[in-house]
Amino acid sequence: MKKALSVVVTAAMMTTLMAGCGDSNGDAQSAPAADGAAAGTESAAASDAGAASDAGAADGTTFKIGGIGPTTGDAAIYGTAVMNAAQIAVDEINAAGGINGYQVEFKFEDDQSDAEKSVNAYNSLKDWGMQMLMGTVTTTPCVAVADMTAADGMFQLTPSASSTDVIVNDNVFQACFTDPNQGTASAQYIAENGLATKVAVIYDSSSVYSSGIEATFVEEAANQGIEIVAEEAFTADSKTDFSTQLQKAQSAGAELVFLPIYYTEASIILTQADGMGYEPTFFGVDGMDGILGVENFNTELAEGVMLLTPFAADADDEATQAFVSKYQELYGDVPNQFAADAYDAIYIIKAAAEQAGVTPDMSAADLGAALSGAMTSISVDGLTGEGMTWQATGEVSKAPKAVVIKDGAYAAM
Amino acid sequence: MAKLNLKSIKKSTRDQFITIAMVIVVYIIVQILVATGSMSSLMQGLLVPMCTYSIVAIGLNLCVGYLGELSIGHAGFMCVGAFSSAFVTKLLEGTITNGIVLFLIALCAGVLMAALFGFLIGIPVLRLRGDYLAIVTLAFGEIIKNVINVLYIAKDTDGFHFAISNGNAIKLSDEGMWLINGAKGIVKIPHLSSFTAGVILILIALLIVYNLVNSRSGRAIMAIRDNRIAAESVGINITKFKLMAFTISAAIAGAGGVLYAHNLSTVTATPANFGYNMSIMILVFVVLGGMGSFRGSIIAAVLLTLLPEVLRGLADYRMLIYSIVLIAMMLFNWAPKCIEWRQKLGVKFRRNAKKEAV
Repeated sequence: MKKALSVVVTAAMMTTLMAGCGDSNGDAQSAPAADGAAAGTESAAASDAGAASDAGAADGTTFKIGGIGPTTGDAAIYGTAVMNAAQIAVDEINAAGGINGYQVEFKFEDDQSDAEKSVNAYNSLKDWGMQMLMGTVTTTPCVAVADMTAADGMFQLTPSASSTDVIVNDNVFQACFTDPNQGTASAQYIAENGLATKVAVIYDSSSVYSSGIEATFVEEAANQGIEIVAEEAFTADSKTDFSTQLQKAQSAGAELVFLPIYYTEASIILTQADGMGYEPTFFGVDGMDGILGVENFNTELAEGVMLLTPFAADADDEATQAFVSKYQELYGDVPNQFAADAYDAIYIIKAAAEQAGVTPDMSAADLGAALSGAMTSISVDGLTGEGMTWQATGEVSKAPKAVVIKDGAYAAM
Repeated sequence: MAKLNLKSIKKSTRDQFITIAMVIVVYIIVQILVATGSMSSLMQGLLVPMCTYSIVAIGLNLCVGYLGELSIGHAGFMCVGAFSSAFVTKLLEGTITNGIVLFLIALCAGVLMAALFGFLIGIPVLRLRGDYLAIVTLAFGEIIKNVINVLYIAKDTDGFHFAISNGNAIKLSDEGMWLINGAKGIVKIPHLSSFTAGVILILIALLIVYNLVNSRSGRAIMAIRDNRIAAESVGINITKFKLMAFTISAAIAGAGGVLYAHNLSTVTATPANFGYNMSIMILVFVVLGGMGSFRGSIIAAVLLTLLPEVLRGLADYRMLIYSIVLIAMMLFNWAPKCIEWRQKLGVKFRRNAKKEAV
């Protein structure tokens, strides 16, 4: 009986919690409160609550753009940046009269960078009436969600999921470089500018992003005549001490250390390399952007670090400056490359929607087909590149930019 | 003693009946809701994950509640089940077109592999007394995750290619296909899981565990849990029964993994889905639901999977509220004062119920 009571009370707790979610049909809640039967019906009530019967039906007066990314958990910094920047872009578009004369609504859902939770977030956005998806931020969830959008015919543009697995479906496009692109471009850049002939790579073998770039970098390095003297991996479980990897790179005589990783780990590597008196050139990719903002990190150590990124927050063009100052004013941080990608992504959706001449009363599937068709014929000037165009595969083509950190700021090379 | 036994058997049969009826009733209600279109996409998407975690919680409950051994690596067995089944599915996708047959083969592969790993781990560890199983399963969960992250298996016209830690070593021909691609895991897995499959698996798991715990072997397992020395003295083969319970527990967790892998088109071994936290999460389902109560495990798994999703409306506060609810539920279930209070209430409740009945 104790158990039965606890079940009933827990179920009651759930019901009260969900009362706020509305749309409950109510019939399941009049269940007899006795033993297991109560538990059964209560969980049915749980599944029932929050049910929006007209799932996905748009009201036809506004475009509904959904966003998915991690706003909690380890990768929260990226998801939050995307959410904030996309909101800025949406507000700007609405202030300027919207898309094709219709206002835009934007809603962002958290996925904690997990595939299963991302699918939940997608379904929850569908219940809200989403017509276009700007997401997801990270790769693995994006692969899972891309499968769902393909089944629904929903248009999907990811700001930052860079694996090629993401864009296998016709309805999915990328606003960022693919991983192979970044790896290849980095190797070519290093070879063309004669930065080094002996290169060490330190990468995160448990990250799709990092191992993806590493694989293509090594492949292209062989073509470019760069010798890879050390290929050192770490995993998400062991990312606080890199002295072994650095020592191997040092003893192998690497002149340049390629770091296809995120900036948090990169900042530790730079600090530890400095501690051992090892001073090679460090070369990163877009994940390195943000290194100057790491707390308790001596930014002097980042002097001379080069990175391949489509966006630098202190670029002097007007669009970047306007975006950066607005972002700082609203959220207090300097926007990173993820934010810039998301800002561009919203404008890319706008450009595609205007090209296709779509209206909000179209169904998500019709919109998806129209927008996918329009993507290949648009060219967008954004923060992360001039004249971005798309192939039918979903891959973006824009010129990679390399920047070097000089006097505590990014400078173009 | 004999009388007591008789009573407990009767109660357990009733218990068993209620649990299975509950699952079937929920299934029918959900099917009606889906058919009438009154269920949101979010809820429909959550049906399979709820089944997945219920199954794994049932598996772990057998280990924790009946065997009395703490396992904090059940996500590892889930991981084994998920990857081996997805691997088989990818391999046979071209040759077997019938989805149900393919899923059954994948299910067998996943369950058998998880059982095999459970068995192998159990052989040395279950001979020991104390908390060794917890330590070893914790390590197992972490090891399996990291091994999969450096495992590269591909297939092309030349046959299979294997590599460890260096995927670049594999040069695939054009029509080649990656089966497991290191940290990228397995992608493009066909959607074979469904709510119906999940419910059938839950029912099978329930039948297995109920029959086990009410059998001679089950009584032996519980005897070992309650008093090892006494059990040994009456001639129970301790290692054999411990191994039996643990292997079945791992196999059921593997079945949950199969369902998980075929619900998403991609499966990767990340700390979020198969790491330590997930193992603890499953343990939380079992502890909150009540150790030894399979029905409780299912209810806890369902509620706790639902909770963070239905709280989405609260944006960033949802994880905060979720954890507060967890603490509240834990206190409610296990704090001595709460139990006392509940007993008082429980008595009242029962009296009221009797009155109503009259």
